[in-house]
Amino acid sequence: MKGTAGSKESSDCIITVTKQDHQEILIDSVVGAFFHDQIKLLIINTLKELKVENVKVEVIDRGALDSTIKARLITAIERMNAL
Amino acid sequence: MMRSLLFIPGNLPNMIQNAYLFDADAIIFDLEDAVLPSEKDNARNLIREFLSKNSNKKNTLNFIRINEVGGEFYKDDLELIVSDNIDAIVLPKANVSSVQTLERALSNIEKSKELQKMIHIIPIIEQATSILQVDQIASLPRVIGLILGGEDLTKDVEVKRTSEGNELLYSRSRIIMACAAYKITSIDTPYTDVYDDSGFEKDTLNAAALGMKAKCAIHPRHIEFINQAFSPTKEEIEHAYKVVEAKKNAELEGKGSFTVDGKMVDKPVVERAINVIEKAKKFNLVKDDEE
Repeated sequence: MKGTAGSKESSDCIITVTKQDHQEILIDSVVGAFFHDQIKLLIINTLKELKVENVKVEVIDRGALDSTIKARLITAIERMNAL
Repeated sequence: MMRSLLFIPGNLPNMIQNAYLFDADAIIFDLEDAVLPSEKDNARNLIREFLSKNSNKKNTLNFIRINEVGGEFYKDDLELIVSDNIDAIVLPKANVSSVQTLERALSNIEKSKELQKMIHIIPIIEQATSILQVDQIASLPRVIGLILGGEDLTKDVEVKRTSEGNELLYSRSRIIMACAAYKITSIDTPYTDVYDDSGFEKDTLNAAALGMKAKCAIHPRHIEFINQAFSPTKEEIEHAYKVVEAKKNAELEGKGSFTVDGKMVDKPVVERAINVIEKAKKFNLVKDDEE
């Protein structure tokens, strides 16, 4: 089961969420040198908030705001669950 | 009270995060025409999360254009987007029945989500049948303004849209009168030829001269001119203060009628002056020491 949301446009990100047997977060960000840990924490907190476990989250970030990353993650999870 | 309303596509983060930079009085985050059917879910989440962090940052009204009542996206739009972070729902293809349906739905959502405020409705009048019902639509609860939807309306009437706008004269006039009668805001259709500056300026001034109180924009470069066109001028504000001052003096002297700059002032002139001052204060066009 997999869900993807977002785009590679500036200020956006693409997030892919895949069901698996453990949690894994992979981040490729144009601002990774400064914000990798902040993005990771945001994803961990959003997964907790949504009670989602055992997924691989892949983020390709083009400088998205926190609210954009969270929104794309929520949509990717909803799309994964809809399959 | 508003002059400019800027449409922002609901699924473009780079535009959404800059929405408040252009001094529009209201932002219309669009879930309808600007968002592909496959991306409606993405757009709803994006707008909701953005507003949860940013809605109180500026003194700008936050409106959402949802998809039409009865369509496949309508219920999810409402359920996911209505919150205390928004001020009004902009309803496309509105008529009496669809506004009443939305009104009931908003009442239910406000109760179930225990919202702290009432969400208003701004119907878009863009069908010939809606023009015929416009007085009734303007009178409905929660309605705070009507938007003329020029593109869809001219399509419905099967008439060509021109830069002169004569084909919209009747519709503009109907909306202006209905809004004036029910003390709500008449909002003009956006000018869609983004780089035709002279056509845009003529169209905006024409709408203002007819009596429209605000105008939509689909590009931020139109906001400054719209704000200027729908604001009182410096001369109008100065005159308004003179009228109010003269009224105070006349009352002290026990005079029922008086003149300002050689012209007789009566009740409607005073009321107009008060309205101009209120508008000038609302849009920060007067300094405190001028009051």
